[in-house]
Amino acid sequence: MLQIILFAPLLGSILAGLAYKQLGERLVIIFTIGLLFISAILSWLVFLGMDHGEVREVVFFRWIDSGSLKVDWGVRLDTLTSVMLVVINTISAFVHLYSLGYMAHDPNWKASEQYRPRFFSYLSLFTFAMLMLVTSNNLAQLFFGWEGVGLASYLLIGFYYKKERANKAAMKAFIVNRVGDVGLALAVFSSFFMVGSLNFDELFSAAPNLAESQIRFMSWEFTAIEFLAFLFLFGAMGKSAQLFLHTWLPDAMEGPTPVSALIHAATMVTAGVFLVCRLSPIMEYAPYASDFITIIGVCTAFFAGTIALVQSDIKRVIAFSTCSQLGFMFAAAGIGLYQAAMFHLFTHAFFKALLFLCAGSIIHSMHHEQDMKNYGGLRQKLPVTFWSMIIGTLSITGVGIPLSYDIFHLPLGFSGFVSKDAILEGMFAANRYPSMVSFWFLLLSAFLTSLYSWRLIILTFLGSHRGNPEHYANAEEKSKTINLTLLFLSLGSVFAGVIFYDVFLGEHSKEFFSESLFVHSSNHILHDLHYIPYWAKVAPFLAMSLGLLVAWLCFYWRPKLPVALALNQSILYDFLLKKWYFDEIYDYLFVKPAKWIGSKFWKIGDERCIDGFINFLALNLLPKLTTYAGKLQSGFIYHYAFAIFIGLSAILTYILISLGQ
Amino acid sequence: MNYLLSLVIFSPIFGAIIMSIFLRGESEEADRNAKLLALVTTIATLVFSFFIIAQFDPSISDFQLVEEYEWILGLKFKVGVDGISVPLVLLTTGIMPLVVLSSWSIKTKVKQYMVCFLFLETLMIGVFCSLDLVLFYLFFESGLIPMFLIIGIWGGSNRVYAAFKFFLYTLLGSILMLFAMLYMWFVAGTTDLPTLMSFEFDYSPMNLLGFEITGGIQTLLWWAFFASFAVKLPMWPFHTWLPDAHVQAPTGGSVVLAAVLLKMGGYGFIRFNLPMFTEASFLFQNVVFILSIVAIIYTSLVALMQTDVKKLIAYSSVAHMGFVTLGIFSMNQQGIDGAIFQMLSHGFISAALFLLVGVVYDRMGTREINSYGGLAVNMPRYALFFVFFTMANVGLPGTSGFVGEFLALAGAFQVNIFITVLATSGIVLSASYALWLSRRMLFGEITNQRLTDITDLNSREKLVFAPLIIATLLLGIIPMPIFEIISYSSESLVLDLLAEKNQ
Repeated sequence: MLQIILFAPLLGSILAGLAYKQLGERLVIIFTIGLLFISAILSWLVFLGMDHGEVREVVFFRWIDSGSLKVDWGVRLDTLTSVMLVVINTISAFVHLYSLGYMAHDPNWKASEQYRPRFFSYLSLFTFAMLMLVTSNNLAQLFFGWEGVGLASYLLIGFYYKKERANKAAMKAFIVNRVGDVGLALAVFSSFFMVGSLNFDELFSAAPNLAESQIRFMSWEFTAIEFLAFLFLFGAMGKSAQLFLHTWLPDAMEGPTPVSALIHAATMVTAGVFLVCRLSPIMEYAPYASDFITIIGVCTAFFAGTIALVQSDIKRVIAFSTCSQLGFMFAAAGIGLYQAAMFHLFTHAFFKALLFLCAGSIIHSMHHEQDMKNYGGLRQKLPVTFWSMIIGTLSITGVGIPLSYDIFHLPLGFSGFVSKDAILEGMFAANRYPSMVSFWFLLLSAFLTSLYSWRLIILTFLGSHRGNPEHYANAEEKSKTINLTLLFLSLGSVFAGVIFYDVFLGEHSKEFFSESLFVHSSNHILHDLHYIPYWAKVAPFLAMSLGLLVAWLCFYWRPKLPVALALNQSILYDFLLKKWYFDEIYDYLFVKPAKWIGSKFWKIGDERCIDGFINFLALNLLPKLTTYAGKLQSGFIYHYAFAIFIGLSAILTYILISLGQ
Repeated sequence: MNYLLSLVIFSPIFGAIIMSIFLRGESEEADRNAKLLALVTTIATLVFSFFIIAQFDPSISDFQLVEEYEWILGLKFKVGVDGISVPLVLLTTGIMPLVVLSSWSIKTKVKQYMVCFLFLETLMIGVFCSLDLVLFYLFFESGLIPMFLIIGIWGGSNRVYAAFKFFLYTLLGSILMLFAMLYMWFVAGTTDLPTLMSFEFDYSPMNLLGFEITGGIQTLLWWAFFASFAVKLPMWPFHTWLPDAHVQAPTGGSVVLAAVLLKMGGYGFIRFNLPMFTEASFLFQNVVFILSIVAIIYTSLVALMQTDVKKLIAYSSVAHMGFVTLGIFSMNQQGIDGAIFQMLSHGFISAALFLLVGVVYDRMGTREINSYGGLAVNMPRYALFFVFFTMANVGLPGTSGFVGEFLALAGAFQVNIFITVLATSGIVLSASYALWLSRRMLFGEITNQRLTDITDLNSREKLVFAPLIIATLLLGIIPMPIFEIISYSSESLVLDLLAEKNQ
């Protein structure tokens, strides 16, 4: 069954990519979607049928074997994996279905161009790579999936390959991800170096020893496990677009919107969070690295939230929102609350995919207009999208009944409420030193989340239309598959939190994750988070409500207010609009110097110094030799070659013989 | 006695002799026959070389299929293979039919062209099989001649300069090696490689012209061999002949150069420097590491700025060879296995990249990156292959490029973490230049009007790429057969190295 889940998407990808001419476009696409749904259904069966704490390993065959370095292709199925299987395959199946409608008539292509099978092939390829990543039982195969999703992401961002911006964005995504991959690769090497194996089991059982041993790097001494944990983190930060390595994510929005929903919201970007949780046995012994995750996560959550406030491209707002939510997950993982990180990953997949697909539905209906300045008043035109997006927003901003856990022993609310509040409560309860500041910053980020999410709703659906009246008049929800997908994901966004609270964070959490998440005996945070002051439990709800109020005030009731503010505080506004100037700084720090050094190395290093030296040496030889060159072209080549060959051998043997005697 | 190796070594030259005797005239038919004959010869050689695998016993680390004859002037003809040379022999015999196929569009002096390549094939296989110092030197150096002719006659506009640069560089490098060989023979009294490998060359410090030399005579010998192989591989700063040679060489020449000729350098390090001058190898480990790092980072940056496709790929080759030297001089099994694997994999991938350039060069007659752009519009299959090999070139897991790089780096990590951190950052740079290249070549709108009716790959071209794609994928996903061949030999080499180190 596991094999079918894994390889059905690969089969779909190959069929769609290579056999569409033989089998027909329509058929391969339907087939690909069907395979994905089979995978998704089987994943749910696996997830629901998991005996708590069960671990299954299947080894296919040997991959790499060099001395003591042995790696197998194999899968490890535990509860952590099963959660990821469900997330990936469910969202992917729905995104496939959605794309059937979305990609039906794409204005970027001529009618004669067969772009659709290629799109579905890439989507399925991505799904396969992502599944390989999460089911791996060793680090090398994880790296395979890790880079594989990077490839698929590259291909899909650059799907509109005639658009220069899409190509640039694709390249940037791959390269920035590779920066993170360097960290991961080094982590893999050091695991082998320190433990002698790349299998998770052996790595994890060696963790307590690694916490005792030291490693020297340059002239510094590190605890081996901290060194390892930091390298892994670096990799995780790249994939999950955390602060400093986030710059590719907003640009990745150049890809078709279903791609943004699947890869750049629900699945691939959460690979970093998954990695940190998967490595919980290591992270638990590496307190500095864990604190670092929390700090990075909190900073990302806050920073991305501020940027999302001022962006006008609907997809970029949601992209920064993703970035910010990933920060929440990282922060949770950093304080040892892996269950909440995974839970937020789980619920986030539903509501963020929903938000993106709603945005896609709007873009699809509005002739590929993405700028919210040209939206407004779409509520009547796109009712299904409107209500779905409202649900998504209620979920992401965390609407629910505060203190319901204390009354009913079950938090009641939209899924984002259940998972995000757990993170905030955990942050308050954690007794590590950055946690209080982190709590306040996360609270602030929750406020920002609410503010920019409602801003998006108001600017898009309410008020009067500001863009092309013709587009507005023609806007309608044509595609059934799109509406169907929105409906299903809305259900997930509403109920996923309440239904699955029990296994992720509630009474059964301990059993459920017993074999897949390691929690150090001193880590009681899952228990402690229920015993914080009431005001701290209500605070996230208040932050959310305040965000809604401010959004209502600024963008509906007094729309001139934000405009005036932007003009008044133009430096701050530009700072946010330009995304804290990260792209410009990186360009100045890395891209331009690399090009400059490259051309200097080439022109001065190679051509002037090395070649100059060689030419100087050869100056006396070359004139003589060039006279022979004329004869070269006159034929008799092999006589000539033969002469050299014999001559060389003769000289050599002569020297050898005469010396030997 | 088994004649299999001789058969494999001399089949191509036999074909060449037949061709030069029986094929007369310059007619189109004669040209066609020359191509066909060359194709048949190379394929026959490939088939013969499969028998090597069939007869090769991977569980023995010694040389196998050994043949030994008396030769002129008291010299010996001795050949044999072990787990390190078998993959390289197969790489050579496997690449050559593709080279012939890809040269179908050659118009001038077809027969001579094919003869050159067939000669070259014999010499290349000879290098990997020689078990005698003199024989090795002969094969190693004479390989220069056909390559020199290929560049000098069928090359581009500046071919004479490139041909001489190539010739001089490599010849100068090997003169030192010649002297070293003479000395070795003098001291050890034999030219037999297996004997020399177990011979201990003196490494007590010596005085030369007032300079104290640690490692003594072994140091000098080590440097002499190093010079020759470093030029061949090439390592920074001996690499500047390669871009020129590639740019001027015809497609087939570039393919052989990148796929096989460069590998002789790496093979030389493993066959000579490590086992014969072990102490010196440990002594200069860090020097090689630093040169490798420079090669990886420096040449990747230079590659980034190239405007000529072939130059870019040539620089990328230098960077990839940096991983090879890094792996070899890690002197542990992961490093050496990784280096051999990287050589094999680079053989396929760089061959494919040069062939891809050849495809559009045949159609457009230019190598300037800027005159392309938007090739994906009219050449979807070409674009697919190009992206595939670009990804293999940047070492994406699942392709052969990953396995070699991964192992070489894992090997180096155990020796020097700092160096490995720098080397690993090379994967960012390789992604940068490779993806930027495919972006400029394949994507975007068509701007050059001549590209509007360019045709996609024809079936002959697809036939050339198919085996390369299969090899790249198979070696990336199921590389075990290769490891089985390599591992016993590399393991015994590593054990010998360790034993000598611990003495």
